[in-house]
Amino acid sequence: MSEYAAKISPDSTSVGLSHTRLFTFAQDEPFPLESGASIGPVTLAYETYGTLAPDGSNAVLVCHALTGDAHAAGLSSHADPKPGWWEVMIGPGKGIDTDKHFVICSNVLGGCMGSTGPACADPATGQPYGLDFPVITIGDMVRAQKALLEHLGITRLLAVIGGSMGGMQVLDWAARFPDMVVSAIALATAAKHSAQHIAFHEVARQAILADPDFNAGSYYTGNKPEHGLAVARMIGHITYLSDEAMRHKFGRGLQDRADFSFSFEADFQVESYLRYQGRKFVERFDANSFLYITRAADYFDLAATHGGGSLAKTFSNGRTRFLVVSFSSDWLYPTYQSRELVQGLKRAGRDVSFCEIEAQWGHDAFLLDNPRLAGLISGHLERTRHDLEKGLL
Amino acid sequence: MRYDLDLIASWITPGSRVLDLGCGQGELLEFLHEAKQVRGFGVEQDEAKAASAISRGVSVLQGDFSREVRDYPDKTFDFVVLSQTLQQVPEPLPVLEQILRVGKKAVVSFPNFAHWRNRCQLFFQGQAPVTPELPYDWHDTPNIRVIAFKDFTRFCNRYGITILEAVGVKTDPASRSGLVLRWLPNLRATYGIFLLSKE
Repeated sequence: MSEYAAKISPDSTSVGLSHTRLFTFAQDEPFPLESGASIGPVTLAYETYGTLAPDGSNAVLVCHALTGDAHAAGLSSHADPKPGWWEVMIGPGKGIDTDKHFVICSNVLGGCMGSTGPACADPATGQPYGLDFPVITIGDMVRAQKALLEHLGITRLLAVIGGSMGGMQVLDWAARFPDMVVSAIALATAAKHSAQHIAFHEVARQAILADPDFNAGSYYTGNKPEHGLAVARMIGHITYLSDEAMRHKFGRGLQDRADFSFSFEADFQVESYLRYQGRKFVERFDANSFLYITRAADYFDLAATHGGGSLAKTFSNGRTRFLVVSFSSDWLYPTYQSRELVQGLKRAGRDVSFCEIEAQWGHDAFLLDNPRLAGLISGHLERTRHDLEKGLL
Repeated sequence: MRYDLDLIASWITPGSRVLDLGCGQGELLEFLHEAKQVRGFGVEQDEAKAASAISRGVSVLQGDFSREVRDYPDKTFDFVVLSQTLQQVPEPLPVLEQILRVGKKAVVSFPNFAHWRNRCQLFFQGQAPVTPELPYDWHDTPNIRVIAFKDFTRFCNRYGITILEAVGVKTDPASRSGLVLRWLPNLRATYGIFLLSKE
């Protein structure tokens, strides 16, 4: 996912100041992982917006994408210039209306934004885990989120919502805990990564692993593998946009010059953009986390984990209602993958809605202000709430 | 609601599961949900219409219904509605067979090509008919199949499709009022509406 410096909305449609809190569990009994390893204690950074209804019927879990964090909406402080990553969608009167819903977003297990990840101290050594951190899965992230929800006293989710890798968590939630998830909203996602997608991730990982400062993942006391991580991010950004979006945004425009420099400076605007995004990313993200999280996303295969290879079997239990959305110019999570998912849901007899939104911004479209997407999400939430109240679900 | 949709709604059993193919903005499904507690599902090709239906709380899949219908298991629905779309389907027989596979019953409606006004235009003006029900010129019409009330009845009999109801109605395309015709429907009806099943 990219970062968009959305302008903070006027107070009436923003959640305002939001505070990241920490929840720690698995202090006594380590948290078992899908790989067979276990880890403990586990800390999750999380934020909440809105108020939980007395009957607990309005909880909405938002799952972030590859490089997101718990800070989904509002401002961390008055001095903070950058609102949360989904400011356009979460807030009073927005697609996910915080006047009506209690919204929870947490940083994934393996992350580097406050949750337990490879940059954290290993209790066994007192040193950062680095590559001793166990390989985690999307399912592990989801099970950790469930522990957080139990701590918050939430037993049922009106909706789990997310895009990209967040969408994968949404699908895992619905397959793993069908009785807890009333509705699932999966945006620009897939039930498993394509070979092409894994290939992009592999090149990005290799860029990190080949950086001379990587030092087998133990770089926390010296130079960080900034070049490798920046290149990894540049690759990511290419896949998040589209040919059309790039033509629109940059074309062959030159950056602050009238002619070529006849050197290897960033002559083109697109080069300058990618370099800038790479630089910005290394300031906030840990290279090891990038390795672990992309690995988790590549390993994800919903049907293999939950349905013996069949999507229909995966979703044969429970009564979760689905909304699946894809974007026409998204070549990272193309529409055909969403349609395959929808096909499985239909065969399983699930109530599913699907829409392919015509958008030129590639995979990033799910993060951008889009009235159509906001309308789909709010309409779906509204009906689910209404049917729940009427006892139809 | 449109008269023809009203009539279709009157055939739908309360509390049943209904699939509406080419559901537009979900008007019929919304009505059936409110009035008859029907569990409705729709398929609509047009992104704006499908999105509008979903935003209003109807379950809709954006896509081509002749493809989308194939994914459902047998007898998933009590009723499948194909309202005023059959005349735009390149291969009506396989589509109807799919519809009667996934639905216990089907409701199919279409503009009646044998209506007297169409006949008159062809006979007296010697031109392809252009009427309120068939408002297009020959070169830009989405209506590629010419269906007469009588033809459709024969077609069903020929391919073993049981006709439970066959009604000719006289109504305008957008009208809220209309008339069921018992006498000479093939000549006088602007639309044919059929309730079908396949035993």
